[in-house]
Amino acid sequence: MPLIPMADKPILTISDMSIVFSSPDEADIEAVRQVDLTLTPGKTLALVGESGCGKSVTARAVLRLLDRNASIPRGSILFQPGGEAPTDIARLKQDSLPLRAIRGSQISMIFQEPMSSLSPVHTIGDQIDEMMILHEGLKPKAARERTVALLDQVGIPGARQRAEAYPFELSGGLRQRAMIAMALACTPQVLIADEPTTALDVTTQAQILDLLRQLQADFGMAMLFITHDLGVVAEIADEVAVMYLGDVVEQGSVYDVFARPSHPYTQALMSSIPKMARKAERVRLSPIKGTVPAPRDRPDGCAFTSRCPYAFEPCATVRPERTDVGNGHHARCHLLTRQPVEAVA
Amino acid sequence: MSTLLTVENLSKTYVLGGGWFGPARELAALTDINLTVEAGETLAIVGESGCGKTTLGRCIIQAQKVSKGTVTYHPKAGGDVELTSLNKRQIKPWRQDIRMIFQDPMSSLNPNMRVFDIVAEPLRIHKICKGRELEERVISTLEKVGIPAEAVGRYPHAFSGGQRQRIGIARALVLDPKLVIADEAVSALDVSIQAQVLNLLEDLKAEFGLTYIFISHDLGVVNYIADRVVVMYLGHVVENAPTEMLFERPRHPYTELLLEALPIADPLRRKGRKTEVRGEIPYLGNRPVGCPFHTRCKYAQDRCRTEKPALRPINGTAQEAACHFAETLDLKGAYEDAPAKEFA
Repeated sequence: MPLIPMADKPILTISDMSIVFSSPDEADIEAVRQVDLTLTPGKTLALVGESGCGKSVTARAVLRLLDRNASIPRGSILFQPGGEAPTDIARLKQDSLPLRAIRGSQISMIFQEPMSSLSPVHTIGDQIDEMMILHEGLKPKAARERTVALLDQVGIPGARQRAEAYPFELSGGLRQRAMIAMALACTPQVLIADEPTTALDVTTQAQILDLLRQLQADFGMAMLFITHDLGVVAEIADEVAVMYLGDVVEQGSVYDVFARPSHPYTQALMSSIPKMARKAERVRLSPIKGTVPAPRDRPDGCAFTSRCPYAFEPCATVRPERTDVGNGHHARCHLLTRQPVEAVA
Repeated sequence: MSTLLTVENLSKTYVLGGGWFGPARELAALTDINLTVEAGETLAIVGESGCGKTTLGRCIIQAQKVSKGTVTYHPKAGGDVELTSLNKRQIKPWRQDIRMIFQDPMSSLNPNMRVFDIVAEPLRIHKICKGRELEERVISTLEKVGIPAEAVGRYPHAFSGGQRQRIGIARALVLDPKLVIADEAVSALDVSIQAQVLNLLEDLKAEFGLTYIFISHDLGVVNYIADRVVVMYLGHVVENAPTEMLFERPRHPYTELLLEALPIADPLRRKGRKTEVRGEIPYLGNRPVGCPFHTRCKYAQDRCRTEKPALRPINGTAQEAACHFAETLDLKGAYEDAPAKEFA
């Protein structure tokens, strides 16, 4: 891990943000409920949760890439690159110039499936050149030089020839590397990676994680890493935020959260994955009972109430507060305020 | 334990092209696969995409015609059945004994059929029972996998991913099979649901005395559920060993690579250093000469580039590997907490 001073100021601060989806024939759905997250230069925050928990929507909101029926009715997304005045991305007008100046240039994104997020009819070189031509006003020749250097940096062999290749001519791993090169084209300060390794094989995944670590050390950008895989979280994150049904239920440094998971959901998630252990030490998995309820059936209180083995009186009706359990590690659970912290684990 | 299934020298070659766009080319998806499945075990087949693990599963169940070699089923009642030599009608009764669970429960269940009919269909096709008896059998199977009887009239879209996978499992189990081939049966599921389905598979195995061929790319799950593991690379079996031996001390460099690449859910065991994963899987069509893995192997010698290693037992143990240097290489396992144990 790069040695970056701990006291670095946050570059992106999401506070109290909600995302609501509306539809003509149903009640509005609050897909993300009052979320607080901060990103620091040189650090990786992993956003982890199961499908439908709102992790991708949260990430897309940062770039305002939400569908038209989505809105951010409350909260702010403050983007504050070194020393400048903060911009509230949540309040910028959709597709306004200030927003487009940030998107792709200062904050960029890597998507899950490179095949469907790269243009199939342009060479990867052209797609990366475009970024620099649009955002930095580079001449095509100069842009191509930088593209080749970038492709080289992300480990694509024969970068100059490969810049002429179309996405279908590349393997999954190379395509993802090209995608990363594109995201880095304008040296962003914040990189959002939405399940960048989920579609890849394990050996390719290991290479891409290495690459992201390496690039973060070189460029010092803040990274928001979205995944459902706790193994990948343990591998790459400095901080973790666990989401369940639109709530960030627990947040803290990766070591604290893995060593002392404080929310029953995090604990349950951890005991659902098989441990790499010998047969003698093998314990039967203890899955979380039931399934994730639909967002409209979410209780007003803690979202996890319906599946929580410890649920008690106020859980369904009163939303638990963020409770600090030490060292900036906090969780939203009534158990933490009712009893001494130890009693939960 | 008795042997339930034997695969001998199985090869599968696809023919590509031919016709207007140039000459036909052959693509060897599986090359000389030999393995046995013991009754009552869970045999995992692992490897990365394109290694042939799914094709192997489909060749075993004869959903795909093999190009060479045999698949022989040994029913409990005695008398070996060479599945590869049977025609469509002859094989039908054996399809009751060998069943398959598919990866994506959304695309493997007919969206226009009610759950009851989806599960009843195999019973009707094989004319096992009808009327009351059929109804009872379908409902009791569904209840065993955790689908309540009230839900049998619904269509697949009304169920969550985990429940749909349970329906797929019920459809496989309703015929009272002996061997179940689970092709990435839990890969599409969220971790909490995956754990439920893994537990269910284990319970059903104990209750019905099943044998599983568990095809997966997830080594964490494989270590948890399998008794024995077959590692495939580019259509070859490169290692075949009891689970614990394989994870303790792999004997093939590719297995080591897979274990090395596996992320462990513990930040204290983070692989912080640069992992030694090199290169990518070559295209099947231009498979390297010699050992199929030599292009990515950090231990490769001249011999590996010319001579193809055969799968053989290592030091007389139950662990088999296809590597010229399997005996001498000191490869790293996945259990990091303790020094590698020597198996006699």
